[in-house]
This record gives sequence, structure tokens and C-alpha cells, in this order.
Amino acid sequence: MTMTVTADRAARPLATGHRDVAGTVFAILMLLALLFSLAILGILVGSQLAKGLPVFAERGTEFLTSPLSSNPDKAGVAQGLIGTALLASIVALVAFPIGILTAVYLEEYAPTNVISRFIDINIRNLAGVPSVVYGLLGLAVFVTFFAAVGAGDGKNVLSGGLTLAVLILPLVIITAAEAIRAVPRGLRDSGYGLGASRWQVVRQLVLPAASPGILTGTVLALSRALGETAPLILAGAILGSYSSGGSIADLFTGPYAALPTIVFDWARKPQEAFRANTSAAILVLLAVTIMANTFAIILRNRYDRRW
Amino acid sequence: MVTEEPTDPMVTEQDQAPSRDGDQMTTLSLDPRPTQPDHPAVRHPDVRPSDTFSSETAALPPVLRVEDLSFYYGTFRAVKDITFDIPTNRITALIGPSGCGKSTLLRTLNRMNDLIPGTKVTGRVEYQGQNLYGPSVDPVEVRRRIGMVFQKANPFPKSIFDNVAFGPRLTGYKGDMGELVERSLRRAAIWDEVKDKLKQSGLSLSGGQQQRLCIARAIATEPDVILMDEPCSALDPRSTLQIEELMAELKRNYTIAIVTHNMQQAARASDTTVFLNMAEDRAGYVVEQGETLEIFTNPKNPLTEDYVSGRFG
Repeated sequence: MTMTVTADRAARPLATGHRDVAGTVFAILMLLALLFSLAILGILVGSQLAKGLPVFAERGTEFLTSPLSSNPDKAGVAQGLIGTALLASIVALVAFPIGILTAVYLEEYAPTNVISRFIDINIRNLAGVPSVVYGLLGLAVFVTFFAAVGAGDGKNVLSGGLTLAVLILPLVIITAAEAIRAVPRGLRDSGYGLGASRWQVVRQLVLPAASPGILTGTVLALSRALGETAPLILAGAILGSYSSGGSIADLFTGPYAALPTIVFDWARKPQEAFRANTSAAILVLLAVTIMANTFAIILRNRYDRRW
Repeated sequence: MVTEEPTDPMVTEQDQAPSRDGDQMTTLSLDPRPTQPDHPAVRHPDVRPSDTFSSETAALPPVLRVEDLSFYYGTFRAVKDITFDIPTNRITALIGPSGCGKSTLLRTLNRMNDLIPGTKVTGRVEYQGQNLYGPSVDPVEVRRRIGMVFQKANPFPKSIFDNVAFGPRLTGYKGDMGELVERSLRRAAIWDEVKDKLKQSGLSLSGGQQQRLCIARAIATEPDVILMDEPCSALDPRSTLQIEELMAELKRNYTIAIVTHNMQQAARASDTTVFLNMAEDRAGYVVEQGETLEIFTNPKNPLTEDYVSGRFG
């Protein structure tokens, strides 16, 4: 009986001529989705390059070193570059340690119970809160605080930086926690099995293993912070031109601008000449973000190679 | 129960070294070989109690004594009322069908289960006369004395040298680290294969080599007992044999407890065997324990006979 079935089956041709129609259709759909995203990106970058590159061709690096001005032929992004660099430093200094420590605590130390689950869900919800809400928080808390302690009118780069830090904190916590969770159980077990304490396991095994993922996640979060406009406008970034003070203290307590707020400001200006400036500023912002991401990739690869 | 001398609290570790004077030799009660060689129930030609086993070590007090131990995951009792001994300088195999709690039981012996939230232990595990679950016992110290090798070889993503040096560095080892690493790798029978590439990643080794590296890593911390949780289940037969030969060598200096699914392995490589089964309530319990040869050739319980002859499990 069995033999007959097998024989029947063997007699059937292997070249059935069947095509995997559903699979092919799906593959084409996926390819179209990819091409769609790439096309949007290409159009955006292409149009900005077309409008912005002439500014660099005409003015060169002078565009990068000139301060803000109401004269489009003189206006540059120097103050924006400085502001964005300061903001990035403050965000990195505040959000990275707090976020990573929180993630380590949640993953490695906190007991799994109702409270920790509640916290986990809330962190995820916070990551979805619109950034303008964080701007209001920054205005209510940080600007008020710095005004109270006499740091100018409180609308300074410290308020902005702290606002952005709080904004990306949930993102940093989530990505770091996921990187830590992805470390195989066996790595921890063998550490404990050799008589390592929890801190030794975390410090010597878990964090090194998770660091590429943590780095990638945190720097991507930083890139997002650098592109934020709304919270900075609420937390006091200057729209329009201003003269920077000379001292280091003025850098932190005086008025500030950031690349995205400059883009926003210039895009609203009536003069046609600011259109090109806007595109040029967008290109600068893109370059800064790409540099930050490249830095993250290089760091991650270095960590990977240490193993 | 394995018969043994009453535990003498005055016996120090040095006294327990496997060298005993002549009068102890007369207590040959535990070696079944003289009386059982042609037993009709012998179905396993593999049965070959490892050669270095002798009655000398059988007379030593057991290094670990499990008494009336139950282990709970939340409200689920995974193993219940477990009582058995792990004799010093011998290899004890824990066998039993899947899900009967062998690995869980093994992990209670060095408090690895402490790391799983919501678990509970009742009963006692005595190590050299001290209760492992006593109130002020430090589980980290327990794991330094009772090391563990896992089912999946899991070298750290570090160099071979750093893998072996990891444990000693934790405790701030002051001696010659190079010498300790070499000695550990030699004892784990992998030195010749890795001596020229100590700086390479432990992950670059083959599966069998990785597992021997993990054994070297475990013995570098100078434990008394090494727990092995199915150490060969992912290895090919040749690597398995290497590990088994290594175990026979290691028991001169260490006590080994091994969980294995492979009954031939238990028969070949162990001196004593504990057979566990799953009760109706899914909790694991000890059916029978004794000399490996006895368990495999002349089991007292029909369940044991069914299991070792491959009729279930």
C-alpha cells in the first residue's frame, strides 16, 4: 500500500509549473514601499541641495561663521551651530547617564511586579507625548527656575538643553533597556556561576555586551533632539537676530538659537533671498545629524572589535 | 540512601584528599563490581564505572547533602521531598525524563535559582556541613565554591585568556595569572589546542573546545564542586567523549554532579546515579539512587528499570 502511494508520487513530474503568485506580489509590494521611502527622501534632499548649494557656492564657509542678520546676504548660522552644539552636549550629559542608569535598574535590579510594569508602560507612553508638550514643561519648569536663580531671563541654552534631555529620556531608556534585554541569559548565568556579584555581572558582562545597542539608540535619540524645533521655541530660543555676548557665561545664560529654530524663522521671512538661506541651513542641520550618526557607528564598531 | 560514615565535623578539607591509609580499604561495601559482573539484567555494554573510582573516596563524607528539598516556581512545586548525597571526588549523574526538574534541582545546589524571581526553596542543602540556604549565607560565595558549566557553551566575548582569568580576577587573585590560566586550561585538556592563541576570542573555538574552555573557566576559580547541566547535549560524539574523559580526570580534585539526558553517558561516565521522575502533580521526586552500575543493571524500582532500558522518558 505504502509502496503504491510512493510510486504514484514518484511518477508525478517535479516540474509542476506552479508559481508562488502571492509571494511574488508581496515581494513587489515590499520593493515599492522601499522605493517610495527612498523617492521621498531623494526629493526632499534633492530640492534642498538645488536651492541651498548656490548659497555655499557664493559665500563658502562664511555662511557658517556669520551671525544672524536681517540682511539675507549677511545672515549666517554661526549662532545656530554653537547653540546646537551646546544643546547636544547638555542633552548627552544629562539624558545619557540618567537614561542608561534607569534602564540598567529597570532591567537588572528592579523586581518584576505591578509597579515596575506600570513604570514601564508609562515610559513608553511618555515617548509618544508630542514634543510641544515638553516645550511647555520646559517653559514652566526650567525657564522659571533659571529666571529665579538669576540666569538672565531663564530663556537660555540650559533651559533648552534640559527640555530636550527630558524629551528624549524615554527614548534613551527604552532603547537602552532593549539592548540590555537582548544580552543572552547564558552570559549572565555563566557570570553568576563563576561567583560574580550582580554589580560585577552588570559592569563586566552585560554593559559591554549591550553597549553597541545602547550607543546606537542613544545617539539616534540625540539626533532626534537636535532636529526638534517646537520645544525650543517654547523654551526660549530666539527667533530673529541677536548679538551674542562675549563671555563664556553669556553662552549659557544669554539668548540662544539652534539650527532648527533658525530654519523655522527664516522659512517665515518674506524676503525671497531667505528661501535659499533656509535650504542652506537645512543642509547644515542634515550634515550635523549625519555626523552624529557616523560618530555613533564608529564608536559602536570600535566596541565590537574589542571582543 | 547511600551508606556512608557519619559526618565528622572535625574532618578538614586536607583530610579529605583522596589518599587514605590501609584500614579504610576494608570497607569495600559500595563497589558492586566483584559481585555483579555477570548480572543477567546487564543491557548496557557501556557500563564502565570510571577506572579511578575506588572505595577510598566512597568512605569520605559527602560534599553535598540534600535533605527534604522542595523547590517552587511561584506556587508550582517543581521538585519535592528530594533527599540524596553527592559523594566527594566522585561523579554523580542526575537522570530522568524531560521536565522532571533535574536542571532545577542542580541549580538549587549553588543557588543559581535565587536569580529567578518568585522562587522558593524549602528543606536543606548541606555543603561541608553548612546549610547553603542558611540566613547569612552569601550566594556569591556559594557559587565560588560550587561552580557551574551550562548546557550551551557560552564563552564570554573576550579572549581565551580573559575567559579563564575572569573568575580569579573577580576575587582579586594575587598570584601568577598566566600560570593559573595555563594550569586551568591544562586540567580542562584544552591547553595544547589553544596555547598559541590565548589572545583570540573564546567564541572563535569549536563547540567542543568552547565547552572545555567553559570548564577551564569554572575550575580557574578553584571550586570544590562542579555542577554540569547537560554539558554535552550540543556536542558531537567525539567532543562528548573528550568531556567525559576530562570528567574522569577532574574527579581526582573535584566533585562533579552532572545532569544528562543521555543514559549511555550516565552509565559510562558516572559513579553514582540519582533517578528522578515526575509525579502526578508534575513535581519531580527521587525514585532511586545508588551506584551507577547498580541502577543500570539491578534497579530496585521497576520505574527505574523501565527508564534505563528506554521504555519511557
